[in-house]
This record gives sequence, C-alpha cells and structure tokens, in this order.
Amino acid sequence: MSEISATRRRLVVIGNGMAGARTVEEVLERSGPERFEVTMIGSEPYGNYNRILLSHLLAGEEADGDIYLNPTEWYESHGVRLLSGVTATRIDRYAKLVNTDDPTTPTVRYDQLVIATGSTSFLPTMEGMYTDDGAFVAGVFPFRTLDDTRGMIAYARHDHSTRAVVIGGGLLGLEAARGLQSHGLSVDVVHAGTHLMSAQIGPDAGAVLQRSVDRLGIGVHLRARTTALLGSERITGIRLQDGTELPCDMVVIAAGIRPNVELASRSGFTVERAIVVDDAMRTLDDDDVYAVGECVQHRGEVYGLVAPVWEQAVVLADVLTGADPTAAYHGSRTSTKLKVAGVPVAAMGLQAPERDTDEHLVFAEPRRGIYRSLVIRDDKLVGATVVGDESKVAFLTQAYDRGMPLPEERLRMMFDLADGGGDVAVEDLPDDLQVCNCNGVDKGALVHAVQDGCTTVQSVMDRTRAGKGCGSCKVQVCAIVEWAAGGALTVDPSANWYVPGIPLDKPALMAAIRAQHLTSVSAVFAALAPAGAEDARSKMALASLLKMMWDDEYVDERDARFINDRVHANIQRDGTFSVVPQMRGGVTTPDQLRRIADVAEKFDAKLVKLTGGQRIDLLGIRKEDLPQVWADLGMPSGYAYGKSFRTVKTCVGQDFCRFGVGDSTQLGIDIETRYQGLESPAKLKLAVSGCPRNCAESYVKDIGVVAIEGGRWEVYVGGAAGAHIRKGDLLCTVDNPETAVTIVGRFIQYYRENANWLERTYSFVPRVGLERLQAILVDDSDGIAADLDEAVARSVAAYQDPWQQDAAAPATSGQFRTSLPLEVLPKVPVR
Amino acid sequence: MTAATTVNLGPVDQIPLAEGRAFAVDGRQIAVFRLRDGTVRALDAVCPHRGGPLADGQLDAEVVLCPLHMNAYRLADGCSTTGQPPVAAYQVTVDDHGDLRVQIG
Repeated sequence: MSEISATRRRLVVIGNGMAGARTVEEVLERSGPERFEVTMIGSEPYGNYNRILLSHLLAGEEADGDIYLNPTEWYESHGVRLLSGVTATRIDRYAKLVNTDDPTTPTVRYDQLVIATGSTSFLPTMEGMYTDDGAFVAGVFPFRTLDDTRGMIAYARHDHSTRAVVIGGGLLGLEAARGLQSHGLSVDVVHAGTHLMSAQIGPDAGAVLQRSVDRLGIGVHLRARTTALLGSERITGIRLQDGTELPCDMVVIAAGIRPNVELASRSGFTVERAIVVDDAMRTLDDDDVYAVGECVQHRGEVYGLVAPVWEQAVVLADVLTGADPTAAYHGSRTSTKLKVAGVPVAAMGLQAPERDTDEHLVFAEPRRGIYRSLVIRDDKLVGATVVGDESKVAFLTQAYDRGMPLPEERLRMMFDLADGGGDVAVEDLPDDLQVCNCNGVDKGALVHAVQDGCTTVQSVMDRTRAGKGCGSCKVQVCAIVEWAAGGALTVDPSANWYVPGIPLDKPALMAAIRAQHLTSVSAVFAALAPAGAEDARSKMALASLLKMMWDDEYVDERDARFINDRVHANIQRDGTFSVVPQMRGGVTTPDQLRRIADVAEKFDAKLVKLTGGQRIDLLGIRKEDLPQVWADLGMPSGYAYGKSFRTVKTCVGQDFCRFGVGDSTQLGIDIETRYQGLESPAKLKLAVSGCPRNCAESYVKDIGVVAIEGGRWEVYVGGAAGAHIRKGDLLCTVDNPETAVTIVGRFIQYYRENANWLERTYSFVPRVGLERLQAILVDDSDGIAADLDEAVARSVAAYQDPWQQDAAAPATSGQFRTSLPLEVLPKVPVR
Repeated sequence: MTAATTVNLGPVDQIPLAEGRAFAVDGRQIAVFRLRDGTVRALDAVCPHRGGPLADGQLDAEVVLCPLHMNAYRLADGCSTTGQPPVAAYQVTVDDHGDLRVQIG
C-alpha cells in the first residue's frame, strides 16, 4: 500500500461542494484511483449534495435523502479520503501543505491542490441580526446549506411561525418564498432592486413576473432596504429604511452570494472579485494550485450557475490528469432556465438591444403573466428573456448557445405556428412520457441511451427504435437527445444522406446517378456505397428515386422493393394484405360495388371498411389470393400501400351541392387520372373541395384544391391531419381547372426531386419556404417550371397499373407464395 | 440430442435473387434467403417481435429486415441487431443439382 502511495500523486481538493466533487469524479473517470491519491476537505459534515435542490427540499418536493449526489460510501468505494466537517485554515505553498482546524489531521500534504471553496450567502449589514455571543437571533436564516434549509423547515413548522420575510427578490429569494409558503406561512419578499430578479431580467419582464408572484399571494416590496431586524429573543419583524415595519416570525436572507476567498487571500493568492485563474483553471501564483467553481474569477467573470462550473471541472480534470494537457476554458455563455416560485423564467445574454442595428422583438401579455423579449444581432440570437411560458425555450437556448441560423419569419421564434416544427421544453417532460407512440419509447429510455454512450441522434434512434414508426416524433426525439447530451452531441454525418447506406445527400446522389448512368439499385450500391455493399435499409428509397429519375429506363429489381410494392398491397399484422381498388375522386358505380361485394365474399375478406380517402378496403386477403382478387375486381390499384400519390378526396361539388361554386368531383378525377401511382419520397394525399366550406378537407392535405367564387381555384400545399396537424399554405390561385392540374403536377415533381426520403410535405414546405416555392413554381424564378412539367409528364406516360400487369403472370418465382406456410390466415377477428 | 437430418427443399430457382421464400419443414416454418452473390441462408420464418413473416423482408449481405416493424436479424446466426430475441439459424446449401438442402434437428 505504502509503495503504491509513494508513486501516486497526492491530489487535495479543498471544498466538497458541487464543483470540487465534480472535479474529482471527472479525474477518476479519466485516470482511476491508481494514479491519484485523492483527499477532499469539506467543512460540512456530509457527503456531496445538490445545492440547487435545496429549494425543492424546502418546498417539500424532494426528501432529505434524495438530494445527495455522493453519499459518504461513494468516497470509500472510490478510494477518496473525505475529511468532512473539517475546515482548511491556510495553504502553505512552500511546504505544499494544507493546514486544517482538525486536531487529528492538522496538515494534509499535496502534490497538486484544487481550491473549490464555493461561496456563501451575502449578509447585508442590519441591526439586530446577531445575539451578543455572535449567533443569529432565533428565526434568522441564511439560505445556503443543507443545515440552513433543515433549520428553516423545522422553524417554519413551529406553531409560533405564521409570517416570514425573505430578504432578496432574486431567484433564490423567490424560491425560498414559495417554499416557505408551502409550509403555511404568509410571506413577504423585500428587495432592494427596482424589479424582481434584476440580475437576470430587465424591468419589463420583472414587472410581468411580479404580477404572477403577487397572484401567488406573496407580498413584494421593491426598492426596500432592510435596516434592522426586530426582536431580542426571537425575530418579531423587520424595519425598512423608510421606517416601515413588517411583523414576522422568521427572516430568510437570500440577498446574493459572495465567493469564499479568505483562505486563498490569506495564503497569498491573487484575489480580485474572486480567485483569479487562467484558461487551465490554474491560479496565477502557483503552478500546482488550481481553483474551480463559484470561488473563481476567469477572464473577469464570476459565475453563480451550475453549467459553467461543470464546464470548468471538465477542463480542470483534463489538465490535471494529462488527458488533454491543452484543454482550455474559454468562459461560458450563461443561460438560465428555471421555475421561479412556480413561474418559468428563462434568461440568456443581453436583456435589451445595445446597438442601433440590433433587432428587438417584445411580446408582453401581463394579464396571463407572459413576457417574451429577443435581441438579434447579425442574424444571431444574442439575448432572450422569457417569462411565464416555456414552449420556445428549448429552441431559443440552442439558438443562443450555438449561434444557429434563425427563421426568416422572426415570429416563429416566439410562437408555435401550427406547422409541424413545434418546439417543446424537453427538460420539463416527465421521464415516463411516451415520446414515440409507435414503438412505445419514453423520454427516460432516450436519456438512458445517451447516458450509455450514444452520441448521435441516429444512434439513439437505432438503439431505442424511437422515431422509426410514423416518424412524427422525430423533432421531439432530436430535442430530447440534444438536451440529454448537453451539447456533447457529435454531428451525425449520415443525417444528411438520402439513404443510410450511401454517404451522399440527395442532390449529390442524384448527380452521381445521372453522371454514371446508374439505372438499377444494385448498380447504385456497386458504384456509390462504401465497399460496394448493399444495404437493406436503403433499397426502398433508392428504388423509388431511380424510378422517378429514369421512368422507362429504370431497371426494376424486385428485391429492391418493399413487400407492399412487390405484391401491390399493404401488409397487415398477421401477414395478410389489404386491397384497395382505385376509385378516382371517391366516385364509384353500382357495378363496381357489386364486383367488390362478390370479391369480398369469394375470398372471405374479414373486414370491409370505408377508408378516409373515400375508397373501400378489403382486409385479411391472403397473399396467394391477390392475383385472382385483382382479376375479379377488374379495377386498377388504388396505391393505398405505396410511398406514392395515393388518392384524391372530393366533395360532390356544384352539380348537386347548393353551395358549390366549382366542379370539384371532376377536377379530383382529372388529377387522380393524371398522377395516379407516381412514386414520391412519402405518401401524397390530395383533396378537391367545391367551395370554401372545405368538405373534402383540402386545407389539411399534402395538396388541396378549393373552388372559390368566380370560377377560380386555390391550391394549398403542405397540409396534414395525421400524426401532425397543419393547415396547408396557399401556393397560388388559378383561373381554371387545367392550370390547377398543371400546378399540382409541378409541385409533385419538385417535391419528388427535392424532398428527403419520408419527408412529408408538412415538413418539406416549411423547410423550403412558401415564398421560395411560389417563386419557383408560380413565377418560374429559376426557369425550371417547364422542366418540371416535362419530367412529370414523362412519369405519367410511363405509368402502368401494377395489378393488371402482375395478375396475368407473376413477376418473380413465388411472388404470391405465402411466407407463413403453417399459419392459418387470416388471424384477424371477424366482426 | 437427435441426429441432424438434411431435407431437400427443391430448386434454388424458386427464390429470386436477393429475396426470401418460406418453407414448411417437419412442422417448422423456415425462411430461406438467396443472397445476391448466390449464397443461401436460412432462419426461422417468424419474427419473435410480433410474428412478422421474415421471408417477406428486404435483405442485404448481412441482415434481413422484418417487414412489419423493421427489426433486423443477422442472416449468419439469427441474432437481432435491433434488440429483439434471436431467431434460429439453419445450415443450408445448394447441392450439385441446384437443390436447396437444409439441415434440421
């Protein structure tokens, strides 16, 4: 043992708070106990606890035991010697010794020393605070330590305590006020500043916050300096500078914090507002002595928030262990997001514009306690204050921290416009909240995957299968993963690839396919995939893309198709299929209905169901029966199974409806006849309504057309009413149905050529931007409108109905052979 | 442990290139896959997740994807790469007559 000790470096940490303990954890993670003999000196007689949670403890939201980060057993099991309840009194830099007040260990020898003494409550000078022997008068509490908090709880529960005054209207003061209120006390907050939380937010935001605090029944006294505490045995009230007296039974002092620098100062280290350190967290005065946390001044800044402290601890551990000797701390952009007395408050960067050219957006709704203010400089978010609402905070924090590009329409930074790109405050979601409703993945599972080492969104999705169902949760999954990784997310190079197996984005992939004239999926793999390797997950998207690009020239390899596209039906949970014949515009005939009825009986369809797209679905059809089903129906495929143009829903229009102003039924039939079955990056659902009453739900379709008075037609794009709800954007208004058909085709082709795989129009349209789409498709700003029209015409000409094609003779051996030969299908219950 | 028996499933041509087909063998359902390079692999035909038909799945040289929920199984040993229980893998070869021979037992 002594031999090992002799070769291990002695690392001594003064301070067992969050900064000191985190530094030791980071050091042990990098080098293990074999290289360092670690001693921690902590003046509180406990293991390490989460100081941030003290206000929760006060409010009874956390139990006493729940706030420990490292209980005393942790130190033993990690080989760390903890001197708890011991105070360091002096650092002898020449002898490399720390002197303590503990008679059993009066000195501790170090090779390297870390000062992490943190901070203490600032106590303003007030008469009557102390008893003659220097203790606080009964009922006076600073709010800083676990013992302070326990003392407050015990005192607040006493029968004699009915009223409390909190001195300080900052974050901690307001939290203390709310906590005390939860113990049944009536509470007043006395604040010397002009508005609440003056360190973090501006006067307008402070005023909005004050209304919310007032409504909670907490009295607020601004510009109020406390000059005296009243009562001799125990507190009976306070007196303000203007002579006002507020009666109370306890006083909590939360007037800010001051760095603990006495030890460093006394031992000859450079101290200004706090202990001065360089970018390696090293003191200016001694190469073997470092400092970290709230006791530190770095590049003129002293931080009182936990995030910068974590960043400092990581750098310090890299330097101490040599894991990264060049590691440097460059300061932190601090953003705060908290609940202040139950009211969410987020603040980052500037409170107000500073230059003439700064953009400043403000929205205030004091009645509802809502305040939002953004400061934008050079298209970057440089400041934000949000009170009373957290819907946009996750987005704003990211935009601020990483300098992300901002939406052109600034309003979107303040409000959720219903467009599928909504942001949520992920940190407030409970762990058991199911995020991916298709695969049943909750937030906790995502966070766990990140903690287990997944560093990209894709790897988390692969691991948990979140986002791999309908995909509508992907935005939220990304947000949670980014939040859980706390900025440690590596950029996923594959995020921009069109398919996972080929490292190219869509434009580059299409360019390569054209340049090398690759007309089959296997040729694409051979030419463009790493090592020419096939990738099962990429096949379907490539098959669709190649068909779109080459039409007649496409070399169709059936293995590249998903099962639905191999057998032209939608696979069901038991391995049977659903069959949906085409009914253009939702119009059918008695003859068609008779044939459908006959088929349903002959092949024992277990369920006959009307679809949302105005068609009839026959369910529970066995794979081997499909060709005969199609032959008997004698109708074309409705493409209810494909990533393709699906259906056009219509209303009856002007021929019958007394409100109709256009022949919506005919236009729906025309559109479906022309664009039926076209493959696209994701499914396309359309509708045509005969008047703005919108009975065919055109406003919430990928493409929706609405007749308006005067023989004109509105064309909407990017609507959705599935997993996402979004009203489509009005692309243009046209004068006749023919032009509507053309514009619809032009949009479809632009979408086919430019959307990512499985990117629905409700994401694609906002991504490209309505104005840009209007410029390209309506005004022909890029001069490609004719090319688009021509390309879609080629695809239309190449279209063949797959049912009549494959009903005659199978395309491959065993195309319709059962894949579950021993199962008796269908297994669906009969109604 | 009973001795392994080899069963002739008929011509390999029944299976299109890079696809799978299912066979009933001695009370079991076995999916046989014919890779693009001509080699053959055999797995239990039923996905342990929700009973999906693996013979309907898309494949590459390494894995087959269940068509119902895209769970992946390695063709070589039946282990899942998406966290599902494994499926049984069988020895399968193409004999000199071009017939598939699968070993069970």
